[in-house]
Amino acid sequence: MTSITKPPVRHPSLPKNALGLTKREYEGAMSTLCAGCGHDSVTAALVQALWELDLPPHRAAKMSGIGCSSKTTAYFLRQSHGFNGVHGRMPSLATGANAANKDLAYIGISGDGDSLSIGLGQLCHAIRRNVNMLYVLENNGVYGLTKGQFSASADVGSKSKRGEANVQPPIDPVLLALSLGATFVARSFSGDKAQLVPILKAAMRHNGFALIDVISPCVSFNDHETSTKSYRYTRNHYHDIAPVDFVPLRREISAEIPDTSLVAVTMHDGSIVRFRKVDSEYDPRDRDAAYAYVRARQAKGEVVTGLLHIDENAADMHGVSGTVDTPLVELPYEELCPGSGALAELMEEYR
Amino acid sequence: MPQPPNGAGVNDFAFKIGTVNGTGSASANSLLMQAIFRMGIPVTGKNVFPSNIQGLPTWYEIRVSKDGYTARPEHVDLVVALNTATYAKDVAAVRPGGYLLYDSSWPLDDTLIREGITILGIPFGRMCVESFQGDRERTLLRNIAYAGALAALLEIDMDVIGEMLREKFSKKKSLLDANFTAIKLGYDYARANYTCPLPFHLEKMDANKDSILLDGNSAAALGAVYAGATVGAWYPITPSTSLMEAFKEYCERFRIDPATKQRKYALIQAEDELAAAGMVIGAGWAGARSFTSTAGPGISLMSEFIGLAYYTEIPGVFFDIQRTGPSTGMPTRTQQGDLLSIAYLSHGDTKHIALFPANPAECFYLAVEAFDLTERFQTPVFVVSDLDIGMNDWMCPTLKWDDSYRPDRGKVLDADALERIQRFSRYFDTDGDGIAARTLPGTSPKGGYFTRGSGHDKHAIYTEDSAAYLEVVDRLARKLVTASTAVPAPEFHAQNDASGAADIGIISLGGCHAAVLEAVDRLRHDGRSVDYMRVRAFPFAPSVREFIESHSRCYVVEQNRDGQLRTLLAIETGIARDRMTSVLDYGGLPLTADRVVSGVLAGERQTGAPEYPSVRSAVPTMSS
Repeated sequence: MTSITKPPVRHPSLPKNALGLTKREYEGAMSTLCAGCGHDSVTAALVQALWELDLPPHRAAKMSGIGCSSKTTAYFLRQSHGFNGVHGRMPSLATGANAANKDLAYIGISGDGDSLSIGLGQLCHAIRRNVNMLYVLENNGVYGLTKGQFSASADVGSKSKRGEANVQPPIDPVLLALSLGATFVARSFSGDKAQLVPILKAAMRHNGFALIDVISPCVSFNDHETSTKSYRYTRNHYHDIAPVDFVPLRREISAEIPDTSLVAVTMHDGSIVRFRKVDSEYDPRDRDAAYAYVRARQAKGEVVTGLLHIDENAADMHGVSGTVDTPLVELPYEELCPGSGALAELMEEYR
Repeated sequence: MPQPPNGAGVNDFAFKIGTVNGTGSASANSLLMQAIFRMGIPVTGKNVFPSNIQGLPTWYEIRVSKDGYTARPEHVDLVVALNTATYAKDVAAVRPGGYLLYDSSWPLDDTLIREGITILGIPFGRMCVESFQGDRERTLLRNIAYAGALAALLEIDMDVIGEMLREKFSKKKSLLDANFTAIKLGYDYARANYTCPLPFHLEKMDANKDSILLDGNSAAALGAVYAGATVGAWYPITPSTSLMEAFKEYCERFRIDPATKQRKYALIQAEDELAAAGMVIGAGWAGARSFTSTAGPGISLMSEFIGLAYYTEIPGVFFDIQRTGPSTGMPTRTQQGDLLSIAYLSHGDTKHIALFPANPAECFYLAVEAFDLTERFQTPVFVVSDLDIGMNDWMCPTLKWDDSYRPDRGKVLDADALERIQRFSRYFDTDGDGIAARTLPGTSPKGGYFTRGSGHDKHAIYTEDSAAYLEVVDRLARKLVTASTAVPAPEFHAQNDASGAADIGIISLGGCHAAVLEAVDRLRHDGRSVDYMRVRAFPFAPSVREFIESHSRCYVVEQNRDGQLRTLLAIETGIARDRMTSVLDYGGLPLTADRVVSGVLAGERQTGAPEYPSVRSAVPTMSS
């Protein structure tokens, strides 16, 4: 997790968001990933999305595990707390942190090794609990930091840089999440910032676990002719199912030209996610239909992208367990300790 | 000086009940124990139960001691044998001259016949069949019937039993009547057919005025509530499960907002112990007082995360309710087998604060202290209990609370404090105690930093530079040295306050305490000069080393095979292991004073104790 500090130069004419911050203030340390790495594009999309959302940087917590993807939490939001934990176990750290302080914006960044092999269990259970967080899975089908082993998302027949073919079936995080009851499931491509930014923004506003599987090619170990997680393969098989537009609550939306193919979903905070229905039979609010659609297109070799499923009404972990509205870390001790009188009374029951 | 318990007498005896688990005997047994307690007589109950839900042998051992000894008894004066599967074992457990009570609904089994003991038969089964309807009721009430017989034989106050039944079944009149009938069945039969009471029996005392009966897991959970813990994450594992369940119950009572009915706590049943540890650490990082409860297998799984919390300096309390290892071991038997692994848990150079409660009351107080220590030192703290302390009801002093207590949150910089400094460096020690100030996420744009388990310098920046790495890990070592002077000091039980060290120095910890205290009394009664030090925390305070150095003959009493405490003492003090003789007991049952006495005496007879002295226990059996 090398950190190289960027020079603090600000151009005076850089545009500012509602907080008076430029995009530079949403950046982090200089990336040490390979030139052309898909992950850096995801980082750039995140910076854009968070800046557009006017997120106060110190109110975010960046969570990650181990691997190339997990390094990227150092490359944005330098004023935020970041937590680079242990391999595959970021979801439990995020769950605990969220349990303690639900008012922070949790941004989890993981990869296919971190999420689908060593951390598969933790990912599944964070989905089940509907922990309120963004979970970006930067998916390249390969272990980069250890130099080129197949990950659990590599397709059958996909070849490694050394020409070896993968023989085990892949785990698809999107299908997995849909079957586990995830309340926000999207897939995107690191090379398509126009699609990724609004999806990231919608995911940040989702009240629950928002999984975005981002195909993010590895230029060093998995961007060759025979790989199915390469730039070229992804571009050639890309199918944007439901282009998304995200409209924050405070923005005027009435001026938009009405479009009958647009579906608007109101999020819990009043902001609106809109998507254009390219395929008329596709409705992201229908989990079973979404699952069937993704499967059908997969069989044809297509990578379906866009907002694939959303359940905007589900309660998150705190909603389900009925925790107080105040974050637990902000409760004064006096509200937590029952005191000597209550103890004396309780003791009578143990005689 | 109290007389050593050397024979059965009034308010000084032990009895044991052998039944089949899942038949409802547990409630009858606790009724008996509680009734004796309410008669003002010191009493201890040990539940020896199987890792099973229904159908396997289970025993309950009750010791009555007017002198207040609470260790498990070595000898049993009366056995109630109600499980045909364990007749042979049960009859063998009776001390010569003792009594055996069996269910005479069926002819006396050959295996129960033994010379030198008195055999009493009462047809519990037959009487219950005649008096009650249905298998379930008959089975359950047979337990109450033997409680009634014991009330007659041991002279348990029937008014107390009546009062307890009325408390328990106040809302279920039919059950109350049935229970009274059953109690009377046993009581009347015993009175009509045998000389009651037996030579050893009960007489009311007034010794329990400021005592309660409480298990260590409930006490620890209560400590967590009083310490202000808000996040608990766990994975069910015997014998720690009841700790989190108790936490839930106390929180449902004390932590529900009266207006909104919302919860002022988060309790998460994790997918495994790894996740539980991660949640505790995540919550600790975010600023909550967080904890988990687990047992040996969970400790092994949490090891990776513990290393992360140590290196990144994040608080969290880890209750380890030890059970018999290695591996799955014997989940429902006790041991102190996790000491070494906890002290240095996880790869790389690590060392952890661990507290060793000796009884449920101390589970409460040390739980609170653990939360203060973990936040003050920003490092995981273990509360190392065991199955015997955690799951058995112990007689202990009524818990007290000082309302002036406020949590020690340690060095945490808030937004104002951050404004006053030029640059926040997460791992920069400004005052030499080895502890750097931390910030909580969300505080202020000036407080952000990157927490990483990879090599970092004092600014929390990634580093592969030797000097920058060393600066941080050497400070961590200093921090644990500071901790050794801040953790609970050892408890000393000196023979003489003034005239220097005794001949024999006994060192022990945790659940061994009750047996060691009793053994020390007996050794002194036999004319030996004995000092006793109970270690209460790791890393060891400087006084631990001084005690060993000042005693030429040291005995380390503990419940594991390899003398783990002795090894830790040797590693940490630099004193040779061979300078200390191990007295070990690791068959899974609570320690008895007899084992300690015989271990020390055997050591005294020997010169130059071998690696594993012959005083170590053979594998104890139920009859031992």
